[in-house]
Amino acid sequence: MEPVAIVGVGMTEMRRERKADGYPDLVYEATRKALDDAGMEIGDVDNVITVSNDFFDGRTISSMAIQDACGSFDKNVSTVEGDGTFGAFYGLMRILSGSFGTTLVCAHHKGSESEMPLITNAMFDPIYERFLGVEAVTSSALQARAYMDKYGITEEQCAMVSVKNHGNAFANPVAQLPLKLTVDEVMASPYIADPIKLLDCCPISDGASAVILASAERAEKAAKKPVWVKGVAHCSDAYHLGDRDLSDVRALEEAARKAYAMAGIDDPKKQVDLVELYDAFTYMELMWLEGLGFCGRGEGGRLTASGETAMGGRLPVNASGGCLSGNPVLVAGLNRIIECVLQIRGEAGERQVEGARTAVAHGINGPCGQSHCVWVLGGEK
Amino acid sequence: MDDWRENQELLVMEGRIKVPYRWFAGEVGTRYFESLRDERKFLGTKCGKCGKVHHVPRRNCPDCFAECSEWVELGSSGTLETYTVVRRQHPQLAPLPLPYGYGIIRLDGADTGFLHLLHEFEEGGLATGMRVEAVFAEEREGKILDVRYFRPAKGVS
Repeated sequence: MEPVAIVGVGMTEMRRERKADGYPDLVYEATRKALDDAGMEIGDVDNVITVSNDFFDGRTISSMAIQDACGSFDKNVSTVEGDGTFGAFYGLMRILSGSFGTTLVCAHHKGSESEMPLITNAMFDPIYERFLGVEAVTSSALQARAYMDKYGITEEQCAMVSVKNHGNAFANPVAQLPLKLTVDEVMASPYIADPIKLLDCCPISDGASAVILASAERAEKAAKKPVWVKGVAHCSDAYHLGDRDLSDVRALEEAARKAYAMAGIDDPKKQVDLVELYDAFTYMELMWLEGLGFCGRGEGGRLTASGETAMGGRLPVNASGGCLSGNPVLVAGLNRIIECVLQIRGEAGERQVEGARTAVAHGINGPCGQSHCVWVLGGEK
Repeated sequence: MDDWRENQELLVMEGRIKVPYRWFAGEVGTRYFESLRDERKFLGTKCGKCGKVHHVPRRNCPDCFAECSEWVELGSSGTLETYTVVRRQHPQLAPLPLPYGYGIIRLDGADTGFLHLLHEFEEGGLATGMRVEAVFAEEREGKILDVRYFRPAKGVS
């Protein structure tokens, strides 16, 4: 692959209800921050990818409503309806096509403006599934049960993820939900859908983020040290939940295998310094760690209990606080990429991981991680 | 733009999108729901190439990408592959009084699982791998809720 770098990043603060900002305001804030970070002006952006979802925004062709906020007038603009990692993937491909030297990718979400369960219910098939009332939490609970039963993962091991990630969030100024918790407190939180408890769940959030990708030639002009895309891939599994073995992570394993091959990684345990993954629910962090090859199948709980994924451990996971500490849907994957960029640059402040050179960012689309996108980022071209 | 803002309540516009939809069940779905409605029988479709029996039914096999050429009658009992007990749910979504369950159920004769509701179980009375049976609605209209829910099987499994 021709070298492509991330040269600018911008995030708004994630909050439960950003009442002073409509979503175009959030997009403008994130875009302006990314441009300033890159030392660019809007005229330096060759094309734009917006990331949004019409149901969440409550308007059709929602991408068209933020054109002024992301500066896409007179530009080629396209949209991804899915997680930000997939939007950035499309933005990367547009540079690789040779048609564009830079891509701005921006994502926005205001969970405060609608009712999350009604919208996630609408991702299910209206003929066979939707009118059973299933949505994101209950479908994920089916996956959590399948995974935990198959491998003997305990609720305490899942609770450790909540304790760790909410604790990490104290060092991240944009995080929504830093919490000082104990495993007992997580275990005592009420069940929403067994085995998922309140403190196993990400919050509902408002926020926006933007990244600017650039070809090697254009990256030279950026204000900061570029962070290079070393490998990236995505892969999808079946739509109907009953078609999948929900305890399985075959789509993630395949995406990781391809991304690592591109990046020249044959032993991720040794060659990756930190991971930002999509922990919408605590069990997901364990499952995705396994799918990403950081431990064997069923060993995610033990890995977490060993402290290796904590700050100061061998492989810090979700140093940012993860989705558990702020989850503007769609934006969340872009935030995983941005955290990796900040860490590799050495700009992560109090949560800086010592010697962070190679990082893995991960996002998901669809119920129960139906599809996965894996990014390997590094400081060297 | 900030000076007027002290003590101001920020405005929120309330609304609701109401759009009627007509989702076509198609030939495959129509045959399936007709059978549920009129005969209380579940049907699956069998792949003409690999022989896998899909339930819910579909026109093509997602695994080998060939046509499903045959309808297969399935049992109305099956095995619970995974489950959850729902303790909190949005009132517009919950189709049964709380707590109720969701399960992925592999009906006898099918090679895939499908999603449905669980009810009439004791607290702590569900387990992966247990036998469950369908409870049909008295009045059936040709839709997925013609099966009210599944419950732990009462007969010999």
